[in-house]
Amino acid sequence: MLSIKNLHASIEGTPILRGINLEVKAGEVHAIMGPNGSGKSTLASVLAGREEYEVTEGEVSFNGKDLLDYSPEDRAREGVFLAFQYPVEIPGVSSTNFLRTAVNQVREYRGLEPLDAVKFLTLMKEKMKLVEIDQKLLSRSLNEGFSGGEKKRNEIFQMAMLEPKLSILDETDSGLDIDALKIVSNGVNQLKSKDNATIVVTHYQRLLDYIVPDYVHVLYKGRIVKSGTKELALELEEKGYDWIKEAVDSEATV
Amino acid sequence: MSKDNQILEELTSKEYEHGWSVNYEVDEAPIGLSEDTIKWISAKKEEPTWLLDWRLKAYKTWLSMDEPKWANVHYPKIDLQSLKFYSAPKQSKKPKNLNEVDPELLDIYKRLGINLNEQKRLQGIAVDAVLDSVSVATTFKDTLSKLGIIFCSFSEAVKEHPELIKKYLGSVVPITDNYYAALNSAVFSDGSFCFIPKGVRCPMELSTYFRINAANTGQFERTLIVAEDESYCSYLEGCTAPQRDENQLHAAVVEIYAGTHAEVKYSTVQNWFPGDKEGKGGIYNFVTKRGICAGDHSKISWTQVETGSAVTWKYPSCILKGDYSIGEFYSVAVTNNYQQADTGTKMIHIGKNTKSRIVSKGISAGKSQNSYRGQVQVMKRATNARNFSQCDSLLMGDRCGAHTFPYIDINNPSAKVEHEATTSKIGEDQIFYCNQRGIATEDAVALIVNGYAKEVLNQLPMEFAVEAQKLLALTLEGSVG
Ligand SMILES: Nc1ncnc2c1ncn2[C@@H]1O[C@H](COP(=O)(O)OP(=O)(O)OP(=O)(O)O)[C@@H](O)[C@H]1O
Ligand SMILES: [Mg+2]
Repeated sequence: MLSIKNLHASIEGTPILRGINLEVKAGEVHAIMGPNGSGKSTLASVLAGREEYEVTEGEVSFNGKDLLDYSPEDRAREGVFLAFQYPVEIPGVSSTNFLRTAVNQVREYRGLEPLDAVKFLTLMKEKMKLVEIDQKLLSRSLNEGFSGGEKKRNEIFQMAMLEPKLSILDETDSGLDIDALKIVSNGVNQLKSKDNATIVVTHYQRLLDYIVPDYVHVLYKGRIVKSGTKELALELEEKGYDWIKEAVDSEATV
Repeated sequence: MSKDNQILEELTSKEYEHGWSVNYEVDEAPIGLSEDTIKWISAKKEEPTWLLDWRLKAYKTWLSMDEPKWANVHYPKIDLQSLKFYSAPKQSKKPKNLNEVDPELLDIYKRLGINLNEQKRLQGIAVDAVLDSVSVATTFKDTLSKLGIIFCSFSEAVKEHPELIKKYLGSVVPITDNYYAALNSAVFSDGSFCFIPKGVRCPMELSTYFRINAANTGQFERTLIVAEDESYCSYLEGCTAPQRDENQLHAAVVEIYAGTHAEVKYSTVQNWFPGDKEGKGGIYNFVTKRGICAGDHSKISWTQVETGSAVTWKYPSCILKGDYSIGEFYSVAVTNNYQQADTGTKMIHIGKNTKSRIVSKGISAGKSQNSYRGQVQVMKRATNARNFSQCDSLLMGDRCGAHTFPYIDINNPSAKVEHEATTSKIGEDQIFYCNQRGIATEDAVALIVNGYAKEVLNQLPMEFAVEAQKLLALTLEGSVG
């Protein structure tokens, strides 16, 4: 589904991603971990098409298409979804209105009829149950004054509404209380199928108890420096990143 | 919700869409301005002598006045002697009802999406259609007259209700008020008159649709709304003009009178031709709008969505004379390309326990300049006056300007005046967030801007809100990305 080869990206001339290689197949869950500032959010942003980042080298293919050729909105319409680490607020625009615009633009791209108000609301009701989100929250201005946890839950609700092929969840677990973490993970699991894939960026092994990854990767200084199975996450939890950092840094000096 | 989407669906890449003109036979005043021009207009309209005298007095006053220069707008001097001050479609005789109106004229309004045919119209809005200098048709007149409501063209009111016109004309905006108001008083051609008798709640929206069609013609309409004690009405004003290279002058006057416990809501969606992308052409919109809350517990509320015109100079104001009277001003002013807007309000607190509320949302894009200018004045005997002002500016790009000029003048220590102001930019973050959900940039801008202006748009009647949202999106098209 997703194939990243030797991806380099920089911002304002500073290289951040320095040769990422990653293969994600349909039906898989990949976890990306790594110390602060290692480039996890940058990778997510580059995949989603944020313009500030300049791709200097490498390629990304998504279902056989050259993803980097597509505008951010077309990537979304092709099925790439990013649950933001820091969702933005849009005053005066309700989640409902926002999502209706989004869903119908995505449908139009896929050659589907737009949903009328009734069908849209029905779909919304159905997906609301999935992440147990309150109707009241959705009639408020998008993310404005939402608590940290509410914002994250709303991101997953949007994911449910848009039914993406590849979902990238950037620290969706941070800010969620224990119950919310279960609910949100449960929602993500229910949305999983053999046709879609998920990349979860997280700092905590705990999330991976709920959303069980097929692979775990460690990102450090803009590269994937170690990959393994979910046991790797447990090891990181126990030992921290120093042993990996040391190995990588000593290699670099040699 | 469906409202917003309807708009987004209709949003396509078009420029000013009302930029066409139509040829029809006209009656026109000779070019230029003099006493003779005024006499010509007055004679054409078969006016009584008192009105001609009033016009001539206004003309004399105007001659002694200078064009105001304090607004933050710049434009070449307007050569009034090269303008025509009156242009009217030729109709063999005055139409008695819609069936007698020249179909070609009705057609102009149809093209604007305004159907003057009563049977086919949406229920609930009575329309007075003003083309160039005269009113061509007023709908739902009979329905209204059963309630004692008078809604007709100004010229007709002069003939049919001279006592009311004599009593109220110039009572809120005197001829000496300002340069443009004096000019309007001298040469005004037509407009709407509306009178709601005591205790009557007008059951439908009253609406005037102004269209400038003729070239080189100034449009000077005059609107007078009188709401007697305990009455209510909601009035809508819309306007368009063809796309022309030259600038055209529009200098209207609106006067509102509200008696005890009366309430008047006045909404405008201004969409005069703004000029092209290079700043060529467009309407100069110099308008004086003022209402007086004459009676206790009366209320006047102005809502405006200003998207058009090359230059806008406009300050809908309230004189809060009655005790416990309320004045409101809700405004969205959008400027793009080379447009300039200097707009705001004046709230003059005279009575006790008077309240005013100002919500101004400026949006600037392109190389435009957008200024809010507002005055809150609390007079000596206005004990317990309250004002709240919120002035927000939204910038798109870095070549436009937003300016705020609040003037506060308080002469009574019990007054409470609050002023809040914010300036923000449409965030790349917000647009990217929308993009990431599959929303195209143009639509993202429309969403964000409509969200920003929501508090004002919510004040508009439904049909107008839809039109206003569309206009906002169209005006800002191509201004981001
Ligand atoms: N505009 C910028 N100019 C220079 N450096 C930047 C800029 N934006 C981001 N960076 C740097 O890029 C690096 C990667 O940031 P990124 O947000 O991808 O890290 P992360 O792995 O997601 O970290 P965290 O775990 O804290 O979320 C950081 O060192 C950050 O400071
Ligand atoms: Mg991050």
